[in-house]
Amino acid sequence: MSSVVALLLADGRFPSGGHAQSGGLEEAVTTRSVVDLDSLRAFVGGRLATGGRVAAGLAAVACAGRWPMDVLDAEADARMASPAVRAASRRQGRQLLRAASHGWPVPVEATSAHFALAVGVVSAAAGLAPVDAARWAAYDAVMSCSTAAVRLLGLDPFSVAAMVAGFAVAIDEVAAEGAAFAAGDRALEELPCGTAPLLDIGAERHLTREVRLFAS
Amino acid sequence: MPHEDHFAAAARGGRALRIGIGGPVGSGKTALVAALCRTLGDELRLGVVTNDIYTEEDAEFLRRAGVLADDRIVAVQTGCCPHTAIRDDISANLEAVEDLEARHRPLDLVLVESGGDNLTATFSRGLVDRQVFVIDVAGGDKVPRKGGPGVTSADLLVVNKTDLASMVGADLAVMARDARAKRGDAPVLFSSLVEDRGASGAADWVRAELAAWRSSPPTG
Repeated sequence: MSSVVALLLADGRFPSGGHAQSGGLEEAVTTRSVVDLDSLRAFVGGRLATGGRVAAGLAAVACAGRWPMDVLDAEADARMASPAVRAASRRQGRQLLRAASHGWPVPVEATSAHFALAVGVVSAAAGLAPVDAARWAAYDAVMSCSTAAVRLLGLDPFSVAAMVAGFAVAIDEVAAEGAAFAAGDRALEELPCGTAPLLDIGAERHLTREVRLFAS
Repeated sequence: MPHEDHFAAAARGGRALRIGIGGPVGSGKTALVAALCRTLGDELRLGVVTNDIYTEEDAEFLRRAGVLADDRIVAVQTGCCPHTAIRDDISANLEAVEDLEARHRPLDLVLVESGGDNLTATFSRGLVDRQVFVIDVAGGDKVPRKGGPGVTSADLLVVNKTDLASMVGADLAVMARDARAKRGDAPVLFSSLVEDRGASGAADWVRAELAAWRSSPPTG
């Protein structure tokens, strides 16, 4: 296992399409529910507690490799109510698998995986542990909307970075929660399934917007 | 779902030539793409990927222009960073190109139009085989002298809107001289899509590049 590999994969500069994902933030900005650093912090906290927890759990079990991918795929689908969210997740997963396949032996049969599952599959191929996969997925849930906020709202990038740092402990807790499922002694049905109705509704509305800078 | 091999290295055999069209905002990239589709549409099987910051604006323009069937035009979102999407992280564009090719196989030519950007924006060689940089006389006749990667390294530099030169006080001879100084023998094309709606010069260049690309061995 190499911690540098974990850094490389989770880095926003890793070329896997993440720069075009806002994790629902663009719609939240459009509807003015996120307007400044405080409202961004609230949004990020909510996203980590819902989609972030779901992604961390899925990434951990995909990394563990104990379950068939089609079973995990159904579990992932069941946790994403919005078709727009599901489609964006699959597209991002495919882009991650493509990028990672240049450096690690990523199985080709995983080409249509959801993003969180792709995180797990790539982590396993790169020799990382389920907790690394879960941390990466949770971190991405925080970073995608935070970096998008810097671009869309012109927020001070130093303040946003400090805000993300404030979530470090929470991200580690979410990662540990997800990783606890990797051993296989708990049913997949018990994986985190938190969801935020406004994020789902926002994702659907986002698709209908004439001005859309981000893919999600 | 059938599992296509999305990761196959770009093989010359069977895939289309990919040409990137980049350049500053408003220089006429979309108009050039529309003109090329109009002129080449009958002889080549075409696909277009657009990267407009407003998502569908350029794609809609092309659809309304009626130069290409709707499903041969794909729009990609670039997250406020058009240059990132064509250079540093080409994932979404590469995927769009491959989806177009998979849907309409075989294609001869895929044009990837970048969102309007600055003079430093160039395409990754991992995304396109050739690139065209489009500037216009109304942007000022100093642009070729300023250079930048787009002006200096593009396979073709198009200086557009020559019909406006007298109105904006642009000296085409100066632009030609500066471009030659920056680009050496690399081609520069002065064009007016108002006077030449089919962009015949650029279309000829595309034909020649396609022929050369097809007859050259793959470069890995």
